[in-house]
Amino acid sequence: MPETLKQERSLQDLKEKARSLRLDVLEMTTRAGSGHPSSSFSSVEILTALYFGDILRYRSHQPNWPERDRFILSKGHAAPLLYAVLSHAGYFEREMLWRLRQVDSPVEGHPIQNKLPGIETTSGSLGKGISVGLGHVLGGRLNGLKYRVYVLLGDGECEEGQIWEAAIAAAHFKADNLIAIVDYNKYQETGPISREMALEPFAAKWRAFGWHVEEADGHDVGSVIEKLKSAQAVTGQPSVVIAHTVKGKGVSFVEADYTFHGRALKPEQAEKAREEILCS
Amino acid sequence: MQLGEKAGLKPSKPMRDVFGDAFLELCRQNPKIVVLDGDLCNTTKTLAVRQEFPERFFNIGLAESNMVSIGAGLADCGFIPFITSMSSFLLCNAYDQLRLSIAIAGLNAKVVGSHGGITLGKDGPTAMAIEDLALMGGLPTFTILVPCDPTSMHLAVRAMAEHVGPVYLRSSRVAIPHIYPEDDCPFEIGVANTVRQGSDLTIIGCGIMVAAALDAAAILAEEGIQARVLDMHTLRPMDTQAIAAAARETGAIVTAEEHLLHGGMGSNVARAVGATHPVPMRFIGLADTYTDSGDPYDLLKKYGMTAEDIAQAAREVVAAKGETAGA
Ligand SMILES: Cc1ncc(C[n+]2csc(CCOP(=O)(O)OP(=O)(O)O)c2C)c(N)n1
Ligand SMILES: [Mg+2]
Repeated sequence: MPETLKQERSLQDLKEKARSLRLDVLEMTTRAGSGHPSSSFSSVEILTALYFGDILRYRSHQPNWPERDRFILSKGHAAPLLYAVLSHAGYFEREMLWRLRQVDSPVEGHPIQNKLPGIETTSGSLGKGISVGLGHVLGGRLNGLKYRVYVLLGDGECEEGQIWEAAIAAAHFKADNLIAIVDYNKYQETGPISREMALEPFAAKWRAFGWHVEEADGHDVGSVIEKLKSAQAVTGQPSVVIAHTVKGKGVSFVEADYTFHGRALKPEQAEKAREEILCS
Repeated sequence: MQLGEKAGLKPSKPMRDVFGDAFLELCRQNPKIVVLDGDLCNTTKTLAVRQEFPERFFNIGLAESNMVSIGAGLADCGFIPFITSMSSFLLCNAYDQLRLSIAIAGLNAKVVGSHGGITLGKDGPTAMAIEDLALMGGLPTFTILVPCDPTSMHLAVRAMAEHVGPVYLRSSRVAIPHIYPEDDCPFEIGVANTVRQGSDLTIIGCGIMVAAALDAAAILAEEGIQARVLDMHTLRPMDTQAIAAAARETGAIVTAEEHLLHGGMGSNVARAVGATHPVPMRFIGLADTYTDSGDPYDLLKKYGMTAEDIAQAAREVVAAKGETAGA
């Protein structure tokens, strides 16, 4: 019997969860003086839906439970968010969060597998996540296990050739328990995707590669949950949920300035940001 | 003259065929082995495994980056992935994946690069791996194995599966002779084998160049020079003790490898010699260049990697040793 560990929460609870994750990311990166808050903010509702919206099956007290669903953070620079989520989910103590990016701490700048419970793969160099997830799919088949594998990608990350190698292969292997989610915030590091390296027609590309496509409002946890559930029902092909998001979501002056990519907020900026997040 | 002929060694098969035999045997014994192929199983010699164990064999196609990261996922599921392709294509296309998906966390994944060195010959420099040992040297958690003969290849394949952690194994296309008895030889990861005793100098080789080193030793013996020959089958962890003992006891060292001199076995041996017991050294391998396409033996000759080249280097170090002693 597949086991669901998380209770259904009301959407209001999930919204609260998202808010506190944003605040944690803000505090972690501001204290560390570096990191990727804007890329993390963009994915908050997606991870909230996965970990707290009754989508991902996991046991934080048994991180290597063989039947667990896998969450592969391919856009590894959203590490602060992953750490915050894992601590909220009970994988490790909250105090760990404040050791982000410090020497002798396992809370590395980008996630390193085996350093902390709950990290399924090493990431940071972009483009690898679908492939690693497909390895888990093939391994699960050989082991006779029926878990699902969720992979979170950035949109700029989808410029990597390996993403499309993996897209071909996942369709070839009919990996219907593989669900990719694209944090489609329309920005990469140096500017808007449409200007730097246009990806549209994006959904059509995935369809052409043999994938089932869903589109969600990536900041509406309910929408993300609904589309993930539709993807779960698909058979014979992998699915991608294109989640429309805003980079820096929740903090107006970060949303308005893509050059915040890869920059922590200064303490006075963080104070303003905190107020905005609390009032949202 | 074939490799090993001067030393009177018995000829055998191409190294890749030996690998194929050893690997099939391993897959029969260990159900946890899975194979990832970059559409080259016919030439890397994993085809027999594909035929016998189709469910454990995945042709990922011409997508080496994808293949390596998929292998990482399979390792996470408790399997022992053998990621196989021609070395140059695999390592050069998927270096970031080897580093990120496997090396940093030290996953239990195995990489086999066939067609190592220049002796694949006629396909030319685009297909040759003259830099694989340097590249794998750049991934600190990888054990690096370069076996030299059929018996040691069988044992290396078994040892790499038993070792927990990432391992790279280099195989090559050229036919190699038997250096060890066909039923057994010592093979412990990180422990070099002395394949010939001698006290005037030591020749340290790996892969096919161990046979060339033994040929060189036979040439030198006719001149009254007795060379010790070490089979440095493991490049990491390197047997610093055996190197230090060779330096101390024989006073001069020549290294021989089918690889760029830059970043290969010789430069690592030199580091060990320099740190323990500095002695005169010479280095046989590929100087900073790509080679022509051509017959393997013509290439070894043109690029200064024959037994005679090793013997000449040996004469020079032995002479240099005398000068140092006299000074
Ligand atoms: C292979 C690789 N190239 C470059 C980088 C540097 N880098 C980190 S994030 C980033 C932009 C990523 O954009 P996107 O995927 O859209 O992520 P977002 O931050 O917008 O969520 C770049 C270029 C990297 N981490 N990996
Ligand atoms: Mg983006």
